[in-house]
Parts: sequence; structure tokens; C-alpha cells
Amino acid sequence: MKKILLYSVLLIFGLVAPFLFPAFKLQISFLWILIILAMTWDVQGGQMGYNTFGNILFFGIGMYLCAGIQIGMFFPLAEWTVSGGEKTFVHTPTQYFQGFFVGLVAAGIIPAIVAGLIGYGILGLRGHYFAICTLALGIAAGEIAGGIELIGAGQGMTSPPWPKNIGDTELRSEFFYYICFVLMIATFVFLRWAYTTRFGLVLNAIRDNEDKAEAMGIYTMRYKIIGWVVSAFFVGMAGGLMGNMVGYIEPTEVAFAGPTFGVFMILMAILGGKGTLWGPVIGATVFHLFKEGFWTFFLGWQYVALGVLIVVIVVFFPEGIMGWLREKYPEKFGEVIDEADRKAQVELK
Amino acid sequence: MPPKFIGGIFFTNFMDLLIFKAPILMVQASMDGILLGILFALIAYGMALQWGVMNIINIAQGELVIMGGYVAYFMYVIGIHPAFGVIVSPIIMYFVGVGLYKLVINKVVDRDLFISILATFGISILTQQLMNFIFGADVVVAQSNFGTTMLFDNSVTLPNSKIFSALVSVIVAIVLVIYMKKSKLGRAIRATAQNSRAAKILGVDTEKVYAATFGINAALCGVAGSLIAITFTLHPYVGLPYTVRSFMIVIVAGLGNLPAVAISGMGLGVFEEFADYLLGTEFRIGAVFLLLVLILVYRRFKLSRKREYLK
Repeated sequence: MKKILLYSVLLIFGLVAPFLFPAFKLQISFLWILIILAMTWDVQGGQMGYNTFGNILFFGIGMYLCAGIQIGMFFPLAEWTVSGGEKTFVHTPTQYFQGFFVGLVAAGIIPAIVAGLIGYGILGLRGHYFAICTLALGIAAGEIAGGIELIGAGQGMTSPPWPKNIGDTELRSEFFYYICFVLMIATFVFLRWAYTTRFGLVLNAIRDNEDKAEAMGIYTMRYKIIGWVVSAFFVGMAGGLMGNMVGYIEPTEVAFAGPTFGVFMILMAILGGKGTLWGPVIGATVFHLFKEGFWTFFLGWQYVALGVLIVVIVVFFPEGIMGWLREKYPEKFGEVIDEADRKAQVELK
Repeated sequence: MPPKFIGGIFFTNFMDLLIFKAPILMVQASMDGILLGILFALIAYGMALQWGVMNIINIAQGELVIMGGYVAYFMYVIGIHPAFGVIVSPIIMYFVGVGLYKLVINKVVDRDLFISILATFGISILTQQLMNFIFGADVVVAQSNFGTTMLFDNSVTLPNSKIFSALVSVIVAIVLVIYMKKSKLGRAIRATAQNSRAAKILGVDTEKVYAATFGINAALCGVAGSLIAITFTLHPYVGLPYTVRSFMIVIVAGLGNLPAVAISGMGLGVFEEFADYLLGTEFRIGAVFLLLVLILVYRRFKLSRKREYLK
């Protein structure tokens, strides 16, 4: 009962937020995107115990794909990227929305396929080899995207601007706000459901001891790949949205942005508490509030602050907010253990 | 401007290379690659040292290199010949390394490897920004004015600075190996690498050994960085490729195997020069990172086959 109340309050808050805080619409949309990133990172990093630096790869692929399809469906992509095409070619509203939705769906599906294809090779790595390999994957993608002329090379490309004749920028930000919100809710609901199924149990088994899980007859590779595909799907869609919201895609600073979004997603999940459902959400919210609230004070020193923040959180606060709450108030936040189950276990011993 | 396609670039470059320039470029690229690779091997040796002793993967390795390079650049700016950076830079970097160890690294030594990766990633972002503030975001180079050597009828050019840097690297490596073999600290470091608990029981102050190891690693990075300052270019944000290169060399060569480190370093250098000529400079870093991915995936399949034997 309490839970339903909490969920509905949050849902209603999300729905009316653009009217309550009209000045912060874009900021709150970014928050939803960050929550998606943190939650999908947690599928690997928290639930499965595979600390990936490479989910940013799917973010960037989704971003380029979405914008590329939006443009390529109606205009020649090469000319758009070379000559500031948003002035020469103008999308009509129908074209814009058609392109946007097709692009968004593709931005989800194709990164998922990529994750499935490379998953067998990459997810067989363990521990720090996996971490470094995915780090290299993300950066290699950024470097390679920076060399391809078709998508604007190092200068980047603009994503299609909002069509002028159907409303002002307010409508634009409301539109993107609700798309982000819906995607965030979809991610949350899907993962919440997935963690209750056998799939979630297998992920936790892989985290606790992969060899034992394999020895018990679970084909762990299949579950690892499925987990990565799920992450890639949502991250890719988030990337497609992000590209449209920012309006400008640059290979290493926006799309394959390892030092910003790539680290943010890890940091948010760890700050909130790895391996919990609500941890990434709380972590992303706290991090975003901190970032937006204090970034202006650190003008020019943001990345120094970010570096210090990473070191402080990782070294001194690795259990995260949820972990801390669980330790402090176990009766409220701790895992509920079925009494009959516990007794049976004791008897077995 | 007609759009260029990678395939086209590759093909024209390749034909050009094959028909007209092949012999000369082969020699040129190999020489460049080998001289460059010796430098990489020096950085990788530092990484292998700390990885073996402290079980830490230092993502900030490349930033230490660049920092060492900026020491040499600073000397060049105030009017001292940058080649003396080879002596000054490691001394400064040793203390930077020890300070870094005392501040952060000692808290992550016994923890999960991912924590050390992430913590050093934080350090790497931090130092990048600090260097950006102090030295600016421009690409800088410390002119050494060593001139160039021409080989084979002036068809192959070798800057003397590169030869100098390779020589210094070899000398530093030899000195280090002898030091690790003969000195008391070297023996303590090797003992700690083998079994830190046993070393502690036998009276080795492992905390001091760790600090010294990290300091020596930073000093090696300092030497390499000051050599990079006179042979190549410096920029606050190019540290990560050096980390990845040294990581790659270490996983190919194994921990503590200096000849293998040197050979795979040279191999990597040659690979990079050839990738540079064949694919174009814009894909050079991308090729390095992709090579790492390929090596790791290859290694994974090889190991999994080995695991099947055990059945």
C-alpha cells in the first residue's frame, strides 16, 4: 500500500513537473536520461558484477544512428554534414516526426544487435580485463567516428532542428521531456520486472560466483549477453534522444563521451548503491542535483571537481547511499527474507 | 568537396605504398616504430612493476607520462636544454608518485581491482585538468635541436632525438634491472611481489615498498615523458593512449619479463607506424584501442580452450 502511494506520487510528480518548474524542463529531462544510464549500467556493474566502461559505446551509436536516420530518410546525409545542412534542407513537421520515431526505434534495436554480436567475445573476459577492454572499445569508437567524413568527422554534425511552424521551443522541450520520462518509466518497470524473474536471479548468481553458476548448469554466457542487449537497447534509445535534445553531435565530447557520461553512469550507480533497484535512481538524482547546483561555482574547475568526486566516492563511499541505508536501518531497507525459507536453511545445516 | 570513404583512402594509400614507396617506407616505418616502441616498453615496464607488486592497474599512468613531459617542457621554456629533463623529471615525478600513493593509492591497494581502476581514472581526469590549467590546452613541443641522421642515400630520415630517447630508455632499463637484482630495496620489492604477507612476516615494511614502487613507476614515467617531450608532442589530454599501450604490452608480455616487454613494445610501435601510413593519422589512436580489444578477445578464446582441456 505504502509502495503504491510512493510510486503514484513520483509518477504524478514526473507528469506535472514541466508545469511546476517550467524553467528546469530541460534539466529534468537530462535527469531522466541520467537515470536510464545509471540503471542500465547497474544491470552489468551492480547485478552481474561486470564493471563495464563501454556502455557509452551504445549511447554514441544510438545518437549517430538516430540523427543519421532522421536526416538520411529525406535528404542526402553527406551534404548535410559537410555544409551546415540544417540551413539548406528543412524538415516538414511530418517528416520530422516520422524520422524521429523511426530513428529512435533503430537507435534502440541496432545497438542491441551490436551488443549481441560483440557480446560473445567481450563478455567472456573477466574482472579488470573486461573493464579495460570495454574502456578501449568506447574510446576506439569515438576515435573512429571522428575519422569518418560521412558523419561529420571531428567537427561533428547537427541533428535536425525542431520544425519552426508547429510551435515554439517550449513545446519542443515539453515533447522531449515526456519522451524521456516515458522511456525512463519503461526502463524502470522493465528492469523491476526482470529482476524478479529467473533472469535476475541468474545475474546475481553470476555476480556471486560465475564458475559455480556454470557448474550448476546455467549457461551463463547466454544470460550475460541478454543482459548486455537489454542495456544496449535502452542506452541506445537514450542516446538517440540525447542527440536530438542537445542538437549537436560531436564524436568524443557528446557521443562517445567517456570522461563525462561514461563515468557519470558508473559514478551515479556507485553513489546510489550498486546492485539495488532504487540505488541508481537515487544516485542519479543526487549527482544531478549536485552537478547542476554546484557546477556553476566551479566554473572551469568542473572536471577537477569531478575527478575529486570520483576518488572520494570510490575510495571512501563504495557501498553507496542504499548500502549505507541498509546497514543503518536494516529493518526498513534490508532484504526481506522469508521466515520459512530461513528455517529450512537452518535445518539443512 | 566530395565525401571521402575510408575504403578509398585505404586503397589509394595501400597501392601508393605498395608500388612506389614500399621499400623506403618499410624501413622508415620500422625504424620509427622500433625507436618509439622502446619508449612504450619503458612505460609498460613501470606498469608491470606496480601491477605485479601492488596488484593495481593505474589508469593515470599516461597522465604521469605527460606530467613528466611537461617538466621537460617547463625547463625548455625557462631556457635549459630539455634533454636534462631526463635527469630532473624522474626526481620530481618520484615525489609526485609517492605523494599520490600516500594520498589515494594506499587506500585501494588491498581492495577490488575495479576500485583501483576507477580511483585512478578519477586521478587521471583530475591531473588532465590541472595540466590544462597550468600549461594550457595547446599542443607543445620542446625543441631539442639534435638534428637528423640520414640513412640510405637520404631516403630514410631519423631524428637524432629519437635515437637519443631510445638509447636513454635502454640505459634506464638496464640500470633498473641491475638495481632490482642487487639492491636491498629491489630485493624487498621482489619479495613483496611474490608474497606480501610472507614478506611482512620476514620484516619487510610493505607499506614503504609499495610507496617506493609507485614512486619508481612514476619516475620511469617521468623519464619516458621527458623523452616524449623532445621527440613527439605534448598535450594534456593524450595520456590515456599511453596507458592503454602499456596495458597492452604488459598483457602480451606478462609481468616482469623485460625482454618480452621490449619486444612487444617494439612490435606495437611498428604496428602503429604502419597503421598510421595505411589508414591515415586520424585512425591511429583508434587502431591502437581496437588492437587492445582484439588482443583481449583473442586471449579470452585461447584461455577458454585451455579451460576445456581441464575437463
